[in-house]
Formats: sequence, C-alpha cells, structure tokens
Amino acid sequence: MTVVADVLPIDEALAQYDPVMGLEVHVELNTKSKMFCGCPTEFGAPPNTQTCPVCLGLPGALPVVNARAVESAIKIGLALNCEIAEWCRFARKNYFYPDMPKNFQTSQYDEPIAFNGWTEVTIPSGDGETETYRIEIERAHMEEDTGKSTHVGGATGRIHGASHSLVDYNRAGIPLIEIVTKTIEVPPAKAAAVARAYVSMLRDLLLALDVSDVRMDQGSLRCDANVSLKPHGSSALGTRTETKNVNSFRSVERAITYEITRQAAILSTGGKILQETRHWHEDTGITTSGREKSDADDYRYFPEPDLVPVAPAREWVEEIRATLPEAPPVRRARLQTEWGFTDLEMRDVINGGALELIVKTVELGVDASAAKKWWLGELARAANESAKELGDLGVGPEEVAEVQKLVDEGALNDKLARQVFDGLVKGEGTPAEIIEARGLALVSDDSALSEAVDRAIAANPDVVEKVQSGKPAAAGALIGAVMKDMRGQADAAKVRELVNSKLGI
Amino acid sequence: MSDLTRKTAVELADLMSSGETSSAEITQAHLDRIAATDTAVHAFLHVDTEGALAQAADVDSRRAAGEKLGPLAGVPLALKDVLTQEGVPTTAGSKILEGWKPPYDSTVVKRLRAAGIVILGKTNMDEFAMGSSTENSAYGTTHNPWDLNRIPGGSGGGSSAAVSAYQAPLAIGTDTGGSIRQPAAFTGTVGIKPTYGGTSRYGLIALASSLDTPGPCARTTLDAALLHEAIAGWDPMDSTSINQDVPPVVAAARNGDVTGMRIGVVKELGGEGYQPGVGARFHEAVELLTKLGAEVVEVSCPHFQYALPAYYLILPSEASSNLAKFDAMRFGLRVGDDGENDAEKVMSLTREAGFGDEVKRRIMLGTHALSSGYYDAYYGQAQKVRTLIARDFARAYEQVDVLVSPATPTTAFAIGDRVNDPIAMYKNDLCTIPSNLAGNAAASFPVGLADEDGMPVGFHVMAPVMRDDLLYQVGAALESALADQWGGVLMSKAPELEVTR
Repeated sequence: MTVVADVLPIDEALAQYDPVMGLEVHVELNTKSKMFCGCPTEFGAPPNTQTCPVCLGLPGALPVVNARAVESAIKIGLALNCEIAEWCRFARKNYFYPDMPKNFQTSQYDEPIAFNGWTEVTIPSGDGETETYRIEIERAHMEEDTGKSTHVGGATGRIHGASHSLVDYNRAGIPLIEIVTKTIEVPPAKAAAVARAYVSMLRDLLLALDVSDVRMDQGSLRCDANVSLKPHGSSALGTRTETKNVNSFRSVERAITYEITRQAAILSTGGKILQETRHWHEDTGITTSGREKSDADDYRYFPEPDLVPVAPAREWVEEIRATLPEAPPVRRARLQTEWGFTDLEMRDVINGGALELIVKTVELGVDASAAKKWWLGELARAANESAKELGDLGVGPEEVAEVQKLVDEGALNDKLARQVFDGLVKGEGTPAEIIEARGLALVSDDSALSEAVDRAIAANPDVVEKVQSGKPAAAGALIGAVMKDMRGQADAAKVRELVNSKLGI
Repeated sequence: MSDLTRKTAVELADLMSSGETSSAEITQAHLDRIAATDTAVHAFLHVDTEGALAQAADVDSRRAAGEKLGPLAGVPLALKDVLTQEGVPTTAGSKILEGWKPPYDSTVVKRLRAAGIVILGKTNMDEFAMGSSTENSAYGTTHNPWDLNRIPGGSGGGSSAAVSAYQAPLAIGTDTGGSIRQPAAFTGTVGIKPTYGGTSRYGLIALASSLDTPGPCARTTLDAALLHEAIAGWDPMDSTSINQDVPPVVAAARNGDVTGMRIGVVKELGGEGYQPGVGARFHEAVELLTKLGAEVVEVSCPHFQYALPAYYLILPSEASSNLAKFDAMRFGLRVGDDGENDAEKVMSLTREAGFGDEVKRRIMLGTHALSSGYYDAYYGQAQKVRTLIARDFARAYEQVDVLVSPATPTTAFAIGDRVNDPIAMYKNDLCTIPSNLAGNAAASFPVGLADEDGMPVGFHVMAPVMRDDLLYQVGAALESALADQWGGVLMSKAPELEVTR
C-alpha cells in the first residue's frame, strides 16, 4: 500500500525553505573482469553464468584486487581534482542480504582512494546566460556490486507481496566507484537543476576517461540523492531522506524537486520528516517510503583482512595524471577557439547538449559551423518535438557527416538536406535510401536547367532589363524563379552561373 | 616387508623409487590401518578410499613411465577438513556444511596433487577450527592415540592423531592460534606453523583471515620439511601470500647444526603455571641445545602477556564476519525453507541449527567487539597490542636467532575436562598465540614424556618472518640428539593401539 504524500508547490516550498543536498553516484567500471576475481563483466548474460567461487562467496575463496579497477578509480579521482591516498585499505561492510554472497560488502570506509576534490557544473540561467557552480567532492572510493534480486509473484516487483525471489550473481563483484559530494550549497531555486547538471557532467567526464559505459538504463550509473530542508535563515540542518533508484538525468531533477515539495508540505504543517531511504518512481514521478534508516545502522566496518593495503606509487599516479584528457572547461575554451564560435554560439552548443556530437562530427571532416547548424537546427528541433536527448535521436555524427558531404559535393542543398534529416529521424533508412525514396536529388541535367532559366528570362523581362542596366543583384529574382520552377531541386550556384552567362554578365 | 605404516615419508619414498613397493600398496596399507584403528581414534571425518587409490595408481603409472616425480610422490597424507578438495565432502567440523562438496581445490590441495601426494581423506577438527581439543567438532571427539581417554589437542587434533596413530605419515593442519603446534605437542609429533603468507590460504575455510596459516604435520622433522616445501610459496590467488622464495627448509632439516645459534628463552612464557613434566622436559631441551653449541639467553617480550586477550578480540571479530556467508542461500545446510518463512527467517533458523555453542559464542563476541561505540575499545585496542607484540618480536630477534618456550602449559588433558570452562581451554594457546599475532614462523617438536602422566611434551620454537628454515635447524638438532636417548623418534615410545577390524 502506498500513501501518496501531499506536496507543496515548488515556489511555495522554496519561499519557506532552503534545500540541502548531497549526491552519491555509483559508477560501474568497464573493466573486463570483476573487482576481486577473473569473472567477465558483460551485461545481459544469462543469470549466474559469470560466477566463480570468489564472487559466489564460497567457503575458502579469497579476493584479489583488480589493478585496472584501481587505475580507473585513480583516474576518476584525479579528474575530480581529488587527492589520491598514498596508502588505503578496503573494509568490510557487514550486513545480511541474500544477493550479497559473503554477507559483507568489500568496500572502503575511512580510507578512500580519492578524497577532497571539486568540480564545476554549468547550468543555463533564465536570461539566456549560464551560471557555473562549484561542487565539492568528499570522496571517491572502490567497492563491489551486489547480485541482483528479482522478486516474483508480487504486484509491484518489490519484495513485499512476492512469493519468492531469484538472485543473479553475475553482477556480484562488478567494480563500482562511489562518488560522494559534500553538501551542495547553491541558490535554492537552482538546486535541482544543478544536481541534474552534475550527474550529466559526470557522465561526460566518465565517458571521456573511458572508465565506464555510463549506461543509466543498464544501471552502470546510479544516483542516490540526499535531501533535507531548513527554514530560510536557519543553520540547523533538517532530517534528510535518501532517494534511490534515480536513473536518468531528468529523474535527478524531478526526484529532488519532488522531495523538496513533499518535505515542505510535511514541515509546513508541523510534521516531522522520517529519516529513511525512499524509492523514486519514474512513471508516477513520486518517491515512496523504503527502509527506515537511522544513524544507528551499524555495519561493523573493519579493515578487510583478506586484502593487503593499496599503496599506489606516486610515479604511477603521475603517469595516470599525464594520460588524463584535458579538463572540460579548458577543453571547451580550446574548441571555441578552434571552431571560431562566439561566446553566445558556444553557450548555445553547451546548453543544447551538442558539444560532444559536434566534436565527433568535426572529427569526421565536417566544418564546425555546418555541424553546429545541423545539430542545433534541424536535429535539435526534432529532439525537442519527440522529448528526446539530442544523442538519442538515432542520428549520429556519421549520418550528419554523410549528408554534409553530399551538400559539399552539390548533390544536395540545405533545403533538401533538411528533408534527409527528417527521414533519418523517422527511421526511413540511410541518407542514400531516403534521397532515393523521397526523390530528393538535385537536378543536374543541364538541358532541363537551361530550359528553366530560359523560361524565367522570358517571363521576367523587367528583371532582365534591370540586370542589364547595371544592377546585377536583381538577378536574384531570376534565380528564385528557377529554383521555384525546379521545386528546389537545383544547385543555386549553378543556376546563378547559367543566368549570368545567358544575360552576358 | 615390515609394516609400511611405521615408515617415515622419506623411507616410503625411497622404497618406491627403488621399486620395492608401490604407492598403491602403501596407500592400501594406510587405508587398512585407518579401518583398523579409527573406530577408537576417530581421526577421520571422511576416508576417500576410491580417490586415494586412484591417485596412488596414477603416481605408480607415471613412475613406471619414467616420469620425474617429486620427493614425496606416492606418499599418503591426511588433510584437515578445513581445506577444500574438489568433489570431496568438506565440513570444517560443522553441521552447517554437512554434505557440501566443494567445486574447487584449495591451493594447498593443488600443490599436493602436483607433488603426487596421495590424499587419504579429511580429518576431524573443532568446528571452524574453534577449539583446542576437537571436542567442539559437530562430528564427535578425536581420541589421543597415546591415551584414548585424552584429547589429541585442537583444532587440528584429527591430523595429529592420524599421524601419531600411523594412519598417515603426513598431514596438513591449519594454525590460527596454535592449532597445528598444540596437537603436535599433545601427540608427540612435529607440527609447523609457517610464516603467515608463506603458505596459501586460498581454499582454507577462514576462521580468522589475518591469523590462519596452513602447515605440515609429520613424525619427523625432515618429513615435515619436505611437505612444507611441497605446499609453500607465493600464490596469486591469495593477496596476503608473500612473493618470495620458500626458505631452505629441507636443507635446514638435513643440517641440524645449532653451533653458534643464538636462542632466546622468552621470560614471559616461563615461570609458574606449567605442569612439572612440561617444565622439566623444556629445561632439559634447552640444556641439550646449549651442549650442542647454541648460545642460550633469556629475552623479555613484555607485551606477550596481553596476547591472549588481544587474540580473543581479533579472532572473533574476523570470524563473525567470515562466518556470515553461511546463510543457507548458496550451499550447505538449509533449515525452515517451507515456503512460508522468508529468506531472513531461513538464514536465522539455519544458523541456529547449524552452528555449535563455541561458534555462536565467538560470533557474538566478535559482533559486539566490532559494534560502533565498542570498536575502538576492543578491536582497535587489540590491533594496537598486536603491533606491540610484533615490536617485541622484532627487538628480540635483534638479540637472538630464534625464541623458545614450552609449546603448551600442560600435556594432553582428559576428554570432558575443560568443556565447561572456555577460559581454561583458551589458556592452552598462551605460548602459541603471539606468533600468530605477529605472523612469525613457529613449530612444536617432541622432547619427551612428562613423568607424572607419561604424555608427550612439545618444545616451541619461534623464528622471524620467512626464516622458517631456522625452526627446522633447531628441530633437527633436537631430534638427532634425542634419538640417541630414545633409540628412535619419540613416537617409538607410544603404546600400541588395539587393532579392531
């Protein structure tokens, strides 16, 4: 039974309370093998086919640390401007759960591999400008994932009401990095947007570092949001909730907004917030109560005696640092110079989520302005209409490059190209197939074009007179007439050439 | 041919290489001996007759084919039931693992197989190695072959009893606080706890991860050294294993010269509290070493007095976590799975039914010691003591090459004597525990019988990390000097067991 809490509209909530947030992001690394054994990590394999005595927690089995996972953790730490521990240990987090093979999770406790970092996120402000906020990073630590439980027989797929549960241990032991922010302090109205931008920034960063597939839909990036409210001007922190299962950027923003409105409704009527974990429901857009949590939760952490300490040599850390891609702000400045974009253009690119797409398109030989034109024009409009992310349209940099190549070769003009993109978005096939099916090729038959020019000259004697009396710009009207005659399927440059030669200018 | 079960491993190996006998014959002789004596001794929980004979036949055929075999190829061995052997029941002495057949070999077993050593079966032990008498086994107590009314020591009482009952010339034990050395002392055999990390723990069902160490049991020093060499060395599957060459233990066991060796008698492990016969044999052995050319001095290790309490915080803490995996979900016993009880209830009912009292006692102790609010006072403090004990050792080894003490305060006690007094039971390991806390190498060698009860007395030697060879040097010196007195190894003085068929 789910009780839907009343909510206070967000404006009213923020008029009375300041939200206090902290984000914990779990990232599954893309290492070939698991954190403490040699089992493969491929997603989607049949249940319990990627297991061994170690990740099943069989008696006698022992863990060995995956060095590649440590390297990835250090990369992430460095990219988030963290200090890297000279010496740190794993710890056991003890609690019983059927999908946890050893009934303790091998994690890190008070000695994380990376700590004391920061990063920046940029969000659009209301007036078309952008604002940048600094997020302090508490720590990034290594741990292992648990198995995955599927609860069968209940209405909700949750454990309550289920007749039995199935456990798949393929996921048990997949390397995870948990990235924990310090308290995020931003203007109250910005909180949810900043949280979303932070997770989105993390995805870009992790992709650039090539340490994770960062597929939120497959759970390789999972966000838990801690939210509490305090009355304006108060310094006393309120009771916080931890919302789990927030698995898209949009959900991060929505879930936090929902928690603010829910908590505000309770507090404004004199109620008390229960310290608990809450589950986010993507479909209904609400959170529901999970497990009650208290600071008395006792995981009896102690240093993992089966593993030796991790002591990354400073030389190694520096080697890793040297391989890091440049920091996102530095890179953006460089790209803006290379592309020759104005500040305003660059901001549109970033706000439109088109930066990485344009980078890839330019890498395929397309001029930066042309790439921007398509991504922020035709494709952005299509994404907007279908409420999709720009990258999820089914049109990639390869297709954009292919279409632009046809434009450059004179086989398409911009107007026709737009129709090709429309076909691509609608899944009508490859650019060549769409051009063929929609009959979009430019008319390159010189005689047909020549006849059309002749018709235009004959039909517009006044224009011809103007051109021949020393006003060559007037020829534009003739070209327009030809293009109209050809239903747009002509190369405008070629038409101009023909008009000029026939009028002897 | 004289009784093959009375031979040492080295003698058996010689008989096989000279073609006088085969591994099949030797293995059969030991299986027969087990059948004849184990009703009385109860050293074995499982005898793998078929598997052992198949391994023996394999070694014989490889030998016949001219393959170059290891020095112990074809020699039979008894394996403590805490190490996994693929397809062979492994219980760790607990009901909770009854019927479990591991799907994989421990590293020790892999190395035994590679050496051609024949595994006769699995030996009895205190449940999850918690105990000093085998009385905590869920499958009954093992009897000391020297006196069937007495315990054989523990936790590895089954392994030492098998060796002293001539059921096997060799055995594997594991030592967390003395579980190889104390049973060796109580049965007049040799028991070695190698340096922590010198032998792999992969496939050893963990009691306390930072203390557990597999090691050899035998009737002679040289046999133990050969077995030590066969199982030791770096293992990439155990990240706490040491990536260094195995110390030259076999050469040391053959050498046995202690001339000029500096030997420290630990002051804190002497004094009152020892059974007279234990003290007497210990002092005689020290005098003997002096006569053999060693320089003996007294050395103080002031923090050893805190070893026992520290151990009984660290061990239960680690054990409480290590034993969490026994939850009925993936292997072993399952109780109460009636379609009504939820998973948590099944876990709880299984652990209630599957664990014995001592195991539950230590799980509760450890859970408490790790609890928030108590961690610093208990586990944290115990770790500090551990560091101080390691420093005591380090300082002592600046003055001497090895340290010595009696192995145990008393000889083997009567069955049932201490079952209701856990503290008295724990005190058994007073001398052996410091080496586990520091990760040192240590051993017990037989040095005679106590006058008052005629039971064997063990002499305890401790050596620095990865200087296991020094143990064998001392053991070999004592063994050859005492052989002159006894007309053989101490075991030759053991009473004959009544053979039942």
